[in-house]
This record gives sequence, C-alpha cells and structure tokens, in this order.
Amino acid sequence: MMESLLKLHNIHTHIGQFHILQGINFEAKAGEVSVLLGRNGAGKTTTLKTIMGLTPASNGTITFLDENIEKKPTYDIAKIGIGYVPEDQGIFGQLTVEENMKVAMRKVTDDALEKQDYVLELFPDLKKFWKKAGGHLSGGQKQMLSMARAFVNDSKLLLIDEPSKGLAPIVVEKVMEAIMEMKKRTTIVLVEQNFIMASRIGDTFTLIDDGRTVQQGAMNELIADDELKRKYLGIG
Amino acid sequence: MDLIISLVINGLATGMLIFLLAAGLTLIFGLMDVLNFAHGGLFVWGAYTGVFTYTLTESFLIGIVAAILTGMILGFLMEKLIITPVYGNHVQQILITLGSMLVLQEMIKVAFGPNAIPVSVPDYLAGSWELGEVILIKYRLFIIIVGLIVFGIFHYILTRTKIGLIVRAGVMNKEMVQALGINIKKVFLFVFMTGAALAAIGGMLMAPYSGSIYAEMGMEFAILGFIVVVIGGMGSFSGSLFAAVLVGLAGSFMAYYVPSLSLAVNMILMAIVLIFRPQGLFKMAKG
Repeated sequence: MMESLLKLHNIHTHIGQFHILQGINFEAKAGEVSVLLGRNGAGKTTTLKTIMGLTPASNGTITFLDENIEKKPTYDIAKIGIGYVPEDQGIFGQLTVEENMKVAMRKVTDDALEKQDYVLELFPDLKKFWKKAGGHLSGGQKQMLSMARAFVNDSKLLLIDEPSKGLAPIVVEKVMEAIMEMKKRTTIVLVEQNFIMASRIGDTFTLIDDGRTVQQGAMNELIADDELKRKYLGIG
Repeated sequence: MDLIISLVINGLATGMLIFLLAAGLTLIFGLMDVLNFAHGGLFVWGAYTGVFTYTLTESFLIGIVAAILTGMILGFLMEKLIITPVYGNHVQQILITLGSMLVLQEMIKVAFGPNAIPVSVPDYLAGSWELGEVILIKYRLFIIIVGLIVFGIFHYILTRTKIGLIVRAGVMNKEMVQALGINIKKVFLFVFMTGAALAAIGGMLMAPYSGSIYAEMGMEFAILGFIVVVIGGMGSFSGSLFAAVLVGLAGSFMAYYVPSLSLAVNMILMAIVLIFRPQGLFKMAKG
C-alpha cells in the first residue's frame, strides 16, 4: 500500500463573498499521478491554489507528509516540498530561461543542479533557448519551463494545472511524455480537461462538481464508467 | 558651445538627483504596487540628518552615511507600521502616505526648526575646473558621478544577483515568486528600505547643490520624482534614469532659453509621453 502524501479533508474556500470550495476530500499517494477532473468552474484550479495557500482554506484540513499546512503561507508550503505549475504557467517574461531557473532554485546544491540537468535533458528546448526571454517562448516551451522550475527544488509533490491548455496536439504529446517521466521521481497532482491525456497518465481520479468531491477511485474505473463520464464530464 | 556644455552638466546633475528619488519610487510601485507619496519625506529627512551629521563631524562622507541610515530606518518603520496595513488599496495608500508626508515634513520643523538651513559644498568639492572656455563645476560633476555609480551598482544588483532577479520577478508576478518558496514580504521590506535609502542619498546630495535645505523641499522633489516614474515607466529602473536625465536636461535648457516655460516643461513632457505611450517609455512587462 502506497504512502499517503497529501490529504485534503472537507476543504472549504471562499474568494471574496463567493463560497467556491464546499467540501473537497482528496488524497494523493506517493509515486502516483492523481487527476482532478470536472467541468469548467467546478473548483479544480481553486483546489490547487488552496493547497498552495494562494486562496487559503476557510475550513477543513490539508495534510502533507503528516503536517497540517492549511494555515501556512505559500512560500513555506513551497519550501516543504510542493511545486506548483499554474494554469497560466507564471513565467517571468522579461527574465531569460536561465534567470527563471535561477529564481526557482532556492539553494544551489549538487542535488538541485542534478535535477536541473535532468529537466534540461527532458526538455531540450530549454537548453536551446537558455538565454532567451521567457516571454518570447512558445506556449509549449513556457509550459516546459514552468514544469522545470517547479521540479528543480526538492519537490516531493508537483501540482500541475491544465498543462495541455492551448497547446498543439504534438506539443501535448511531448508534455505528457515529460509528466510520465517525471512521475518516476515525484508525485503529481494534475488538473486536466483533456480526458484522453488524463486517462493515459493518471493512476487515480477525483471528480469535482460545484466545489465538492463527488467521486474518487482508480482511473481504470472511470474509463469503464460511461455513465459517470457523461454525468460529470459531458463525454462518453 | 561652453554654454551648451554648462547647461548639459547642470541638467545631468539635476537629473541624477531626481533619479535617486525616482529609482526608489519606481521599484516600490513596480514591485509592491504601493503609491508612496511620503517618499519626499524620506528625501528631506536624508537631507537634514545628513547635513546635521556633516556639520557635526565636518565629514561630508559621514553625512552621506548618516542620510543612508536614516533612510533605511525610516523606510523600515514606514513599511512595517504604515504600508503593511494598506497593501492592495490604492486609495488608502494615497491618504496615509500623504498624511505621513505632512507628518515627516512637520517633524523636520520640530527637530531642526522652521527656517531654511544654509549648506555649503565641502572644500574638496568646491570650485570648478576650466577647460578652455568651458567651466566645469566640481560638485555638479560629483553628483553626476555618484548618480552613475548608484545606477551601475543597482543595475548590477538587479541584473546579476539572485536578490535582483527575485525583485524583478516579483515586479512581474508576485504570486509565482511566493509559489517558488520565496517570502515576498521580506523582499518588499528590502526594496522599501533600499528605495528610502536612495531618496535619502538624493536629499543629502541636493543640500549643497541648492545651497540650503527646508522642510518643504521633499514635496517639491517628490512631484518631479512621480513625473519621472510616469515618463520612464512604472517599475523600470533604467526608465527612471532615462526619464530623470530627460527632465533634468529639459528643465536646464528651458530655464535658460524659455524661462516662462521652465516650470511647465515637465508637465508637457509627461503629457506627451502619456498621449503616445501611456505605459511609459520603458514599461516593465508583467508576466
């Protein structure tokens, strides 16, 4: 049985006057890719932001490596080993790829440098455009840079938000391969609208609807359940 | 030709003083999204404490160090006590920093008296060099050199060091910087204190340049600082230098050739830039 790395229990989040998350329960196990699925506006992105402390939970508990993190500031959450790849990639447009990586690398250690070499092997485009401003990269390259940045520290868990969004199918394929590769070295929580991609790389799924967890299980179960896919994802 | 050179040096010297004020202002606005109308108060406190120490020790250099320390201490207190509660609210920022500006200004009068204080240039920086028919005033050249050194140091810090990269990244995307494990509040404090120290250096250098210091000089220069930030592009350090030199030169030439327009020239420059390039000449791109 795999170790539970991250656990959300009855998470509620308010943004201004809006009650966005109304009871999210979810668990990510070490070494797995856990996929959050649901329609637009269901609360998937907010769930990732809440884990990161960017939209703090108003109620409920978030446990990471047996430590409660729901009250911690974002920078502490990142420091204890959660890397974040936001939906808009969050690239520092006027900084070069090299400078983006420098900002991300909190300590220049042998381990961090080894990880940087690893991601540069994984994403050769980043090495090629090392001195190019982040803002001038293509959508796919920005996605790769964002993932590389999140990975370069000692991230035990990566939160990746919609990595296929706006990318050409061939680039999506590359990103997917990279996630599969990164899975060998870290645990991943993925928000993804592209069900084909999600079903290929996900080990488990959590369905979110109207800010609540409605179903969880192994990805194979969801693939086989046309009724569930039709009801909550509009496919099948 | 000698007249042109004199006007250029005069304009550059004034420009460098404005740059020292505007550089901190633009970083504070660019990174922290804070409209700090009290920045002129830091400028004037730098001038007064620097001159006070200079008079006491007869060392201009120690006066500059005193000004820097004053700026950093006031910057620390201001960020912690006044700015922190109003992050994200521009209206409250304007009100509280304008109020702080008035308080700082009035406290100068309490501490140092209401009258202007004459300040002389230190002996080794007094006088001028003559190159043919061109007269080069030493103190003005000194200000230009100090301004360029400060620009060089900060340009190096911003482009070549980790903290500089973090500050620039923070200007572009604060949320992402935090998500990478960096405490942006500490970066804010560092930037605020640095900006305050720059303003204080500007005030101290301004003192012998203008020949006297008075409590209201902070507000007068702060307006020029804001004009420079708008022209240069909010958040752009290089833009501030360019715009400050532009404003300094324009002021210098207009004061000689069209004195009646010398006060209006900065506003005219700002209006032209806002019409054709509302984001400023060197706008710092977000994201």
